[in-house]
This record gives sequence, C-alpha cells and structure tokens, in this order.
Amino acid sequence: MALSEFPRLGFDPFLELRRMQSEMNRVFSGLSPAFRDFPAINIWLGDNSVVVTSELPGVTSTDVTLNLQDDVLTLEGTRRPAEEQGISWQRRERTYGTFSRAVQLPFRVDPDKVQARFNNGVLEVELERLEADRPKKIEIRAA
Amino acid sequence: MAQEVSRTEQRIPQTTETTSRTTSRPVFLPPADIYETRDNIVVLAEMPGVAPDGVDITLERRVLTIRGRSAANEHAGYQRVYNEYADGDYERSFTLSENIDRDRIEARLNDGVLHLVLPKAETARARKIELKTG
Repeated sequence: MALSEFPRLGFDPFLELRRMQSEMNRVFSGLSPAFRDFPAINIWLGDNSVVVTSELPGVTSTDVTLNLQDDVLTLEGTRRPAEEQGISWQRRERTYGTFSRAVQLPFRVDPDKVQARFNNGVLEVELERLEADRPKKIEIRAA
Repeated sequence: MAQEVSRTEQRIPQTTETTSRTTSRPVFLPPADIYETRDNIVVLAEMPGVAPDGVDITLERRVLTIRGRSAANEHAGYQRVYNEYADGDYERSFTLSENIDRDRIEARLNDGVLHLVLPKAETARARKIELKTG
C-alpha cells in the first residue's frame, strides 16, 4: 500500500491485480517440468573423453540426429504422437514436436571417434578428446 | 473416467510424501498419456532408463499401479560434471472407471515408454441401441 499511486483514494484499485501477477509469476517460475529444456542432459567427464547422456523416452535412433562442430554437440529430433484413429484422450501429459539442444564440450573432440547408443530411452554419446588437444608433459632439462 | 483419474492424481503426491521409503533414491511421477478406443484403454508412461525386467504393474480392484526401477547409471572412471536429471524410480497409480478384462492385459516397454493396453470387460463396452420404428 505504501507504493500505491492512489494515496488520496484510501485504497489501491490495482492491489488485487498485482497480487495476481505475483501469483502467476510464482506458478510459472520454472518449477513445472513443462517449461524445462527438453531433453534433459547429464555430462560425465573422464580423463580423455566425455560422455553426454540424455533422457529421450519414445525416441528412436531414426528420429534423432547428432551434429558435431568443433566442440559443440547438437542434438535434434522429433517426437511423434501415437497415430490411431477414433480415440478419445483422457490425459495428455507427454510432449511432442521437434526439439534441439546444443552442448558445449569442455575440449575439442575427435569427430571420427564418437560412439552413440540408445539404452531404454536414454541416449548415450561418448566423445574422445582430440589427440593434438591433450595436455602434454614437458620435461625440464638440467642446466 | 477423466474425473476419476484427476482425483487420483491429487492424491498421489500426498501418499508419496507421507510414507517413508527405505531407499534414498528419488521417486518420480512418470508423465502419461491415456486414451480410450472402443475396446481398450491405452496407457503410455515415460520411464527412461528402466529395463523391461524393472517394470512392475499391478491392478487391484480398479487401481492400476505402475512401478519402474531404473538401472544405476554410473560410468566407471567418469565424474559427473553437469546435471539436469537424476536417476530414480517411477511410481504412479490410476483409478480406472471401467471394468477391465484382466486376462487380456498387454504390456510392453519400448525405448523407455511403457505401453499398456487394458481391454474393457465385455459388460463395460458401449453397445449401440437400435431404435424401433412404428
């Protein structure tokens, strides 16, 4: 009320609107999984390789394409809904449509040594660090 | 049926919160699509990371419960550096308003999606009633 632009009215006609706005902001603050980036990604780091895993339920290897440019891995694809005729929906919570995500890897990788596989709806991509990019041990010569 | 189901969903988070689990793994509500055809009710539930032997489906009276245990997703010699999803189990119940023919229930797991076909019992099927003229 202290910030009200209508001090002479004795009440704030927009108080309820502001309360509704803050309520809506709270509801849509990203807690809902529907607003999360799809697909969700985990990254695992090894000595000279990196593994990117992603939850892609209902997606087959033909529905997804992987692209590698320098150290950026891009994951694109489509999720298709069930195509049955004469059905009535009771509940639709799964999301459909195209998706795309880009992941910046911690180092440059060898494009010839990439392995990707699907395992029960989880995509696993293993990438190896470029030979020329690996850290080298430098010998110090005694003077 | 839609009413029955939405009432069930409201109850689920409460039951998972008030009962304690013996394991510390998180339990997720799998997102589900449910549709009805003339003869069947079909449930599609997303459970990525669950192998076919980790699925447990029960139908007690009219309460359908699906459970999935995902395999431990650890990579030996690797360190987790970025995390958007956690490994865990899936559990969800639905109350069905139709009578189901229990002997003909079909379940399969494809690419992390559970596909459940529940045939309606003979008595629950909609029949077309002919009007007699005259």
